Amino acid sequence: MEVTLEVRDLRTHFFTRAGVVKAVDGVSFTVRRGEVLGLVGESGSGKSVTGFSLIGLVDPPGRVVSGRILFQGRDLAALPEAEMRRLRGNRIAMIFQDPMMTLNPVLRVDTQMIETVLAHEKVSRAEARARARDALGMVGIPSPEERLRAYPHQFSGGMRQRVAIAIALLHRPDLIIADEPTTALDVTIQGQILAEVQKLAATTGTALIWITHDLSVVAGLADAIAVMYAGRIVEQGPVGEVLDAPLHPYTAGLIGSVPSRNRRGAPLRQIPGMTPSLLHLPPGCAFRARCARASEACLEAPALRPLAPGREVRCVHPLLEEAQA
Amino acid sequence: MSVYVLRRLLQSLLVLVAMSVIVFIGVYAVGDPVEILISPDADQLERERAIQALGLDRPLWEQYLVFVQRALQGDLGRSFVFNEPALRLILQKMPATLELAFGAMVIAILVGLPLGLYAGLRPESPGARLIMAGSILGFSLPTFWVGLMLIMVFAVQLGWLPSTGRGETAALFGLHWSFLTANGLSHLLMPAINLALFKISLVIRLTRSGVRETMLMDYVKFARAKGLSPARVTFVHVFKNILIPVVTVVGLELGSTIAFSVVTESVFAWPGMGKLIIDSINALDRPVIVAYLMIIVLMFIVINLVVDILYSVLDPRVRLEGSR
Ligand SMILES: Nc1ncnc2c1ncn2[C@@H]1O[C@H](COP(=O)(O)OP(=O)(O)OP(=O)(O)O)[C@@H](O)[C@H]1O
Ligand code: SF4
Ligand SMILES: [Mg+2]
Repeated sequence: MEVTLEVRDLRTHFFTRAGVVKAVDGVSFTVRRGEVLGLVGESGSGKSVTGFSLIGLVDPPGRVVSGRILFQGRDLAALPEAEMRRLRGNRIAMIFQDPMMTLNPVLRVDTQMIETVLAHEKVSRAEARARARDALGMVGIPSPEERLRAYPHQFSGGMRQRVAIAIALLHRPDLIIADEPTTALDVTIQGQILAEVQKLAATTGTALIWITHDLSVVAGLADAIAVMYAGRIVEQGPVGEVLDAPLHPYTAGLIGSVPSRNRRGAPLRQIPGMTPSLLHLPPGCAFRARCARASEACLEAPALRPLAPGREVRCVHPLLEEAQA
Repeated sequence: MSVYVLRRLLQSLLVLVAMSVIVFIGVYAVGDPVEILISPDADQLERERAIQALGLDRPLWEQYLVFVQRALQGDLGRSFVFNEPALRLILQKMPATLELAFGAMVIAILVGLPLGLYAGLRPESPGARLIMAGSILGFSLPTFWVGLMLIMVFAVQLGWLPSTGRGETAALFGLHWSFLTANGLSHLLMPAINLALFKISLVIRLTRSGVRETMLMDYVKFARAKGLSPARVTFVHVFKNILIPVVTVVGLELGSTIAFSVVTESVFAWPGMGKLIIDSINALDRPVIVAYLMIIVLMFIVINLVVDILYSVLDPRVRLEGSR
């Protein structure tokens, strides 16, 4: 399959007064046409910053300090802002976490949709409006013609997120970065939106990066999964394999903390300890303080290494050893 | 929308009634109304006639009703000094003050908005720092001192602008306005700038903090993620949002600008209400003071009402909630 996005050793740091926050510190992954990559990790692990780095919207004091973001062969990290803007919302779209905050409260929905069409294509307003209406219809908003004239606050949270998704779809992008787009919604609506997005990715060949901390969403939606911890990817591979047989202790801990039907009644296992501060990361494996398998060897930072076909893990003592022993 | 306006109108009426009670109590109950409303030069006979005419021998609530009745007929007493109805005296001076205050507001917006926008968009730039330092001066320099400085530089030394009076006026709606003639405008410019100084600083700070706050909002980031041009993001997405607080504050400030144009009018001998009230206070011309108070109250109420309605026009959330 054709590669849509290839990220190599991406580093995005925030230069704060307290010190350098390495929010993204050497992240690499690949997304192919029509593929859904689930990017998971605890709060503060750098998922959103990764997403914003891809579309060049990291705000100061943050900056992409190194790495390559190859989108259809072009390095976005080296692209001038004017050209980057031509891709944004056009070839690469992003959907944000909080639907209540993503639409401008003082502008009508049609204004916010039409301007997106006109930002990238020379078409008449009427044509742009028709496109906006069709996009609303596509994401399942009833009577789109009327809803175009409404203001965001006249929509429910779920409907607003559909509007945001419709905006993302306006130019049939090749890549959509969805940053926890359904976390704020209730479960039924979440399910509907997931199904629609999945269908879209499959039919249009759009590659999808789905950021979430909800493993059950990833299980149902994604083809591949990348697990982030403290600004780094600690494990990645095909979603079924990783969830069935995690190699990294942190991935195993995440899976263990998800309520599941099979283990009903059994107490949930929490990962002990807290996410380390990115300002004062200890040397060696960042997960060391919380890891039951930690040893002297973990004082040396492990590299991300392939362990099985298509699978990579950043751990000195991956869970594989037990299975073999 | 109309329900909302109606409700606000009723509220305004209530405030007006409350304020009239306060002014009434201040003048009739707390102070000695004979002292306040009847000229000290009046002889005994005149005084007694006036006491009867004012109904000061009747119970307080009846006196209030009489006061309201007379006020509604536009009778707030006669000036001792000019021997004219106090209300008419003030209304005659009103256009001068209004054009001064509006001139100051226009200058404040024309200068303050762009500067504040720039300072908000490039907070670290030397230009922004200069603007912010300047705005501190605008806040802290006393109005009368700046006024005198302006006169010294532009009227005395350079001789570019006249320093006193309204200059030539032209009639519009039966009133005389300076801004309609070139000569009048040249007279208006300096006092208006003087009065605007504080407001410019206010608008700069308001705009800047509004821009900085709005720039951090998700919807601005989303607008950028849609690939919109920086100009569209700034002038449509950000600007429309900061307009709400700016319009509110500037509108509300209009009242205080009118009320406190006193200093500027005195420095530039601008024949407006402010100068009249200072002269009246000096002459102990109490009916004029009372009338001035009532007019200012009324004006604040009207301005608040207009600002509220404007606010609902700008912010769709307020507008629609009100119509429900
Ligand atoms: N403006 C900033 N200044 C300093 N540090 C920042 C800034 N923005 C993000 N960070 C740091 O980057 C790290 C990663 O943040 P990010 O928002 O990517 O986390 P996340 O994985 O998306 O978490 P969540 O699940 O809560 O959305 C955080 O630990 C935060 O401290
Ligand atoms: S490297 Fe060591 S500390 Fe880190 S996850 Fe693996 S076993 Fe645990
Ligand atoms: Mg996030």
